[in-house]
Amino acid sequence: MSDSRLPTQPPEDTPRSRAGEPIPVPRAAPPAPAPSPLSSESEIIAMVQAGDPLAFAQLYSLHKRRIYSLCLRMVGNVAEAEDLTQETFLQLHRKISTFRGDSAFSTWLHRLAINVVLMRLRKKGLLLISMDEAMEPASEGNPSRGFGASDPALSGSIDRMALERAVTGLSVGYRLVFVLHDVEGYEHHEIASMLDCSIGNSKSQLHKARLKLRDALRAYPRPEARR
Amino acid sequence: MTQDPNPLTCEEFQAQLPELIGSGEKFAMHPHIQDCPRCRALLLDLKTIAEAARELLPIVEPPDEVWKHIESALRNEKAPDEAERSGE
Repeated sequence: MSDSRLPTQPPEDTPRSRAGEPIPVPRAAPPAPAPSPLSSESEIIAMVQAGDPLAFAQLYSLHKRRIYSLCLRMVGNVAEAEDLTQETFLQLHRKISTFRGDSAFSTWLHRLAINVVLMRLRKKGLLLISMDEAMEPASEGNPSRGFGASDPALSGSIDRMALERAVTGLSVGYRLVFVLHDVEGYEHHEIASMLDCSIGNSKSQLHKARLKLRDALRAYPRPEARR
Repeated sequence: MTQDPNPLTCEEFQAQLPELIGSGEKFAMHPHIQDCPRCRALLLDLKTIAEAARELLPIVEPPDEVWKHIESALRNEKAPDEAERSGE
């Protein structure tokens, strides 16, 4: 039987009471001061923990971009990223009762999403392959090959779309470490623990990933050159 | 500045880079960096890439189908529970 309380569309900013009922906003009322994002989110989390499906839809709306972008950057594939986003929020629904607020909710959810992605990659055997690949000293991205004397340097600014495209073009191992370290801000010891590799391996992979990106970005025509 | 008695080649210096960069220590005064414009340019590029990565925003919106699938999966999860309760 379907639950009629589940909304067909997640509401973006609809104010609601604790019981999950929409709060009517008078048409001519002056705009009320917005609650601080922290307190409003903690209220939403409490409502989800109490089983409120509307609050869960709101939580999805608040975090969907961040989680989807993370999944997309980690796997580099739209269909897979959609599936992983779905799986992350389903896991969130099952596990949110265990969230005690010891860390920020976004940090906790982020880590949950990363675990979902890594579990999927492990299942497919991709994580193992990528880490082995990165340990090969003569693999592509070897620094001794990455230093063309006559290659032009990047001119201090990088086109965001070009960088996104270059990240997508990285092999799984390089991409994971680059996204986790440089985009998401995790430390090498945290990445080593997540990927079950050594800290040295994480550092080495990150360096090779950046060298690969440098090559890709130099090959990408700059906006003024494309005109 | 004093001359480095055992200057590193570019290849030797580059082999140390993952550890040097990963340690988070500042090494702008490393003798090789002082002397080698190529390695200096490389480091600047790597720094530019790392800084640009921090600016990448989570701007990609998932398609509406993702929420619809989540909603449907939650309903399916809920249905057996409700059937069990109503059978008691």
